Amino acid sequence: MSGIVIIGAGHAGVQLAASLRENGYRDTIRLLSGDPDFPYHKPPLSKSFMATEDAALQPLRGEAFYAQNAIDLRLGVDVARIDRNGKSVICADGATIDYDKLVLATGTRARNITVPGADLPQVFALRTATDARRMRDALPAMRHVVVIGGGFIGLEAAAMLSARGVQVDVIELAPRLLGRATSGAVASAIADHLTSTGVRLHLNQSISAIVAQDGAVLGVQLGDTTLPADHVLVGVGAIAMDNLAQEAGLSTDSGIVVDGFLATDDPDIFAIGDSVSFPQIHLGRQARLESVQNATDQARALARTLTGQPDRYTALPWFWSDIGTLKLQIAGLSEQPDQFIQTHDTHGMLKSVYHLKRGELIACETLNSAGEHMLSRRMIAEGLTPGLAELATGDLTQIKLAYQRLSDV
Amino acid sequence: MTRLVFIEPSGNRCEIDAADGESVMQAATAKGIAGIDAECGGSCMCATCHCLVVDAVNPLPDMQSAEADTLEFTAHQMHDNSRLTCQLTVTPTMDGTVFQVIGR
Repeated sequence: MSGIVIIGAGHAGVQLAASLRENGYRDTIRLLSGDPDFPYHKPPLSKSFMATEDAALQPLRGEAFYAQNAIDLRLGVDVARIDRNGKSVICADGATIDYDKLVLATGTRARNITVPGADLPQVFALRTATDARRMRDALPAMRHVVVIGGGFIGLEAAAMLSARGVQVDVIELAPRLLGRATSGAVASAIADHLTSTGVRLHLNQSISAIVAQDGAVLGVQLGDTTLPADHVLVGVGAIAMDNLAQEAGLSTDSGIVVDGFLATDDPDIFAIGDSVSFPQIHLGRQARLESVQNATDQARALARTLTGQPDRYTALPWFWSDIGTLKLQIAGLSEQPDQFIQTHDTHGMLKSVYHLKRGELIACETLNSAGEHMLSRRMIAEGLTPGLAELATGDLTQIKLAYQRLSDV
Repeated sequence: MTRLVFIEPSGNRCEIDAADGESVMQAATAKGIAGIDAECGGSCMCATCHCLVVDAVNPLPDMQSAEADTLEFTAHQMHDNSRLTCQLTVTPTMDGTVFQVIGR
């Protein structure tokens, strides 16, 4: 038996290996990672990893875990192609690794910008530990940073840099931050928070060049003005790493296409995590999601399928982002909601936004309100919508009572 | 170094040395304690580091509201001695504390 080969050791790949063993899988598990670093948590890269110059990466699992569970973890392995007929993967160094089942957990790569100057050494992306180390080494020299892109990574980094006393300008192409990822109300609360810490936001703007002299960044070209900067962080989204699948003749759209059981067109090849386009039952269509929850829950579902308990992936999506002192939490997915209910804290700060569609609760965004988030996850997953008057109180006790009345029926 | 004890879901009892200043969750995952997925990495989001404190020489610090609220609505029943170990910082007074892993 050649066992299971997993390509990618991010949240999805590592959780799959763990769950396979928990479910009693006894054959070989090989976990191949193109990343040279021991598998690590990605969200802290923009935050705690930047806090001190020697902060260690936060391992997804300790080294003992791989040994105790007989997981053959190989780092820095570059897979060149998949041989579907031979059921093997061929590495860039020519090595061949056979599989019974292959799982692609290849994740995403940072989208690049193509303007002049994008390849200057003071221009950073922030996706891998290698990116984060490079940026951390430059932190002491940063006085004025332009962040290109008002998405989660850019805004988390903007808050971190601003807290260090760096002047930060964020440039966003759209008329608001965070695009379709949040409601307008949440985007504007986050904008207010960042502005209050000294971050300057430039919406409806795009840059035409990164301006440099003698190899050093001087600023970014914004229309006919130059916004001064000594470093630039680019956070303009991610692209699914689906090239191996594509070259092997498997279907791809925005990512690797899988069915509800996370299987590709080839019954021996599966795919999980950020790189996967799957039937999203809460949206009723094929979708790709980038989140830790999606990666780990898909891994658990696939582990059950691969150990003889076929499991359709239906988990409710949830998400979080720590932007300065704001913890944004999102339960559920919101597509064309027809009603919003906003609640505020005693200082008038936005605390939660409930999204409804045809009277049904479909999503909830919270800012520093963990209880409402956790309760919403449960309510949405169970398809229960308390009275709108109760939701509008934003009072955890009242919403909880309303939920309990519904769940007791 | 502070000595912590974990009872894994299998009933297996594991003693580990934890560095003061790291979280109990970080210490446990580094040593490969079974049942603690800690998928959110310590953001008080996933509750997969849920443990029961079954024996403690000294009382542990009180919970902040985010920890209490997150615990209240997790899949597993919250008990009087429930904690999210990502929110507990290892200190010498914790020496000998026994955690029963609930996980997810």
